[in-house]
Amino acid sequence: MSITYLEAIRSAQARALAEDPRVFIYGQDVGAFGGAFKATKGLAKEFPGRVLDAPISEDAMAGLAIGAAIEGLRPIIEMQFADFSTVAFNQIVNQAATLFWRTGVPCPITVRLPCGATSGSGPFHSQTMEAIYAHYPGLVVLTPATVEDAYSMLLEAVAIDDPVIFCEHKLLYYHLKAAALPTEALPVGKARIAREGRDLTVVAYSAMVHEALAAAEVLQGDGWEIEVVDLRSVKPLDTDTVMGSVARTGRLLCVGEAWPWGGVTAEVIARVTCEGYDLLDAPPQRLNAKDTPVPYHPDLWAAHRPTARSIVESARKVLQH
Amino acid sequence: MVQSLVEPTTSGDISVPQELYVKAYRIMLLARVLDDKFASLYRAGKIHGGVFLSRGQEALSVAIGVALREGDVFAPLIRDLAGRLAFNEPILDGVRNYFGSTLGPMRGRDGNVHRGRPREGQLAMISHLGAMISVVNGTLFARRMKNIAGTVGVATCGDGATSTGSFHEALNQAAVERLPLVLVVADNQYAYSTPTSRQFACRSLVDRAVGYGISGCEVDGTDLAECLRVVGDAVVRARAGAGPQLVVAHLLRLCGHGEHDDASYIDPQQKSSPLGGDCLKLAEEFLRQQCWAGADTLAQWRNEALHKVEDAVATVQREPTPDPFTEVWSALATAHLGEGNA
Repeated sequence: MSITYLEAIRSAQARALAEDPRVFIYGQDVGAFGGAFKATKGLAKEFPGRVLDAPISEDAMAGLAIGAAIEGLRPIIEMQFADFSTVAFNQIVNQAATLFWRTGVPCPITVRLPCGATSGSGPFHSQTMEAIYAHYPGLVVLTPATVEDAYSMLLEAVAIDDPVIFCEHKLLYYHLKAAALPTEALPVGKARIAREGRDLTVVAYSAMVHEALAAAEVLQGDGWEIEVVDLRSVKPLDTDTVMGSVARTGRLLCVGEAWPWGGVTAEVIARVTCEGYDLLDAPPQRLNAKDTPVPYHPDLWAAHRPTARSIVESARKVLQH
Repeated sequence: MVQSLVEPTTSGDISVPQELYVKAYRIMLLARVLDDKFASLYRAGKIHGGVFLSRGQEALSVAIGVALREGDVFAPLIRDLAGRLAFNEPILDGVRNYFGSTLGPMRGRDGNVHRGRPREGQLAMISHLGAMISVVNGTLFARRMKNIAGTVGVATCGDGATSTGSFHEALNQAAVERLPLVLVVADNQYAYSTPTSRQFACRSLVDRAVGYGISGCEVDGTDLAECLRVVGDAVVRARAGAGPQLVVAHLLRLCGHGEHDDASYIDPQQKSSPLGGDCLKLAEEFLRQQCWAGADTLAQWRNEALHKVEDAVATVQREPTPDPFTEVWSALATAHLGEGNA
């Protein structure tokens, strides 16, 4: 018996619906069809009137969720692809993210973003949006890398009194499996040491955690012990855990699937450099996707995003400095 | 199927009760007096940022406020001071928001017309036009989910906001969900300086109702009796379950977009046409014609409004303003997830 990352997301939503009458799901094709990726499969039948198809109107979807949250409900909205959340950007960053600060009324909405590049998906079904949402005050941005975190962090997202951007990686949906759903979890805001090591800290999140772990295996063959930190949430960012790891290793490489200008990897390096300059034995490095839209062809796609191979190359540069 | 109902405007209907008319007029008057005070405080440099007046739109706005009940939802826009007051917004809220008083609803974090008490059905607008409509939808959707019946939500906007994607998405959404939404469009002929000829190409914005499969009607926004009747009826229809209602009012903004704007672009012919009539003066004439109020009574009402406004301003001018050193610099309700100033 095993459960996939996608099944964990479905199970978390089923549990949230079962345990909290304030929860409902709203999004394109999420009803009887069960969602483009089947993340809501069977839920419309199991919870009548609480899993509803939306028109192709991301702006109005987010607006409706915000209004319902003002009335005390806890909506989960599914953007069919993270890329399409740009249509709802205004509602998310200007309406949801400012509501509590402006009025004192919390805005507990969960925005599920199926994100990240998959082969053959091209520029508009592949984007990672965590950096741009993390830039705005008033949002919590989660990037689960494991089946366990997909489950526990989605449940926590629904319980949090603030708007949560839940970045679930499409590449992990089907192939990433766990033996069972977790019974306990680290809280949101805590990073996780995914692999211990003494020579180099690789900070990653979402699907890049798995690329980083694969790179660590390769480098172990050369005698290097790589520590991999899974950020889990990019906002809040667990600077303490990252700093603790760098204090042990003295070296830092940050890996993100998002574009290179600014973003999570830049933020991590800025914090470590400003607050922990003396901990570093070598200049910290960062590895991101290339600064172009995400390409369609598998060969271009594989070269566009960081992979275990490119992480190994970057890691060697830091290790050999 | 939702029946589309586009009603022609009929003027001169005097079916509005005296008590309602007088109540509405006195709130319009209070809004005008308060607006005049805001304008003079602005010119005296006493207000931070912009001042946005409702002049010329009070009849339409007040008609919304008096049609709503406690428990309803109202998402006003920038020229809805009369509607806000009629929907029980304390006069102090507006004054406090312009002065940034910590005792106001936004505590200096947001200002001027950006204010509200969302849990009391008074939504706090953001600047992005059209964005509040789907939020009203959400409140109504939630009421339905909680089996609360009989409440209505009103969102307002100008002619300019009808060109946004948000307007379209939200109105279509309300129609699909058949929500008790009343969307009141004040077609005041200009979006900032842009005339309606550069804003839309349909005969009247009410024609859009047919496309959404909802009811639509038009009203002369300078005529208080008409506004009370038409807006009131739309609210009654929405409350009765007839689905979304689009009300398009025709009027002229009798001021600049904000007090920084001299409105020199407004066509003088429009000002002298019936469209440019001042709803407050017209209502005063109507009160006299009906013998519902004479010169002495009107003067007494104005005096009472002036006293209320002067009292509110004097009170707020003595109130504390925000202290950056004690301000909680966190945008999150979940304090422990905040990042501080890291």
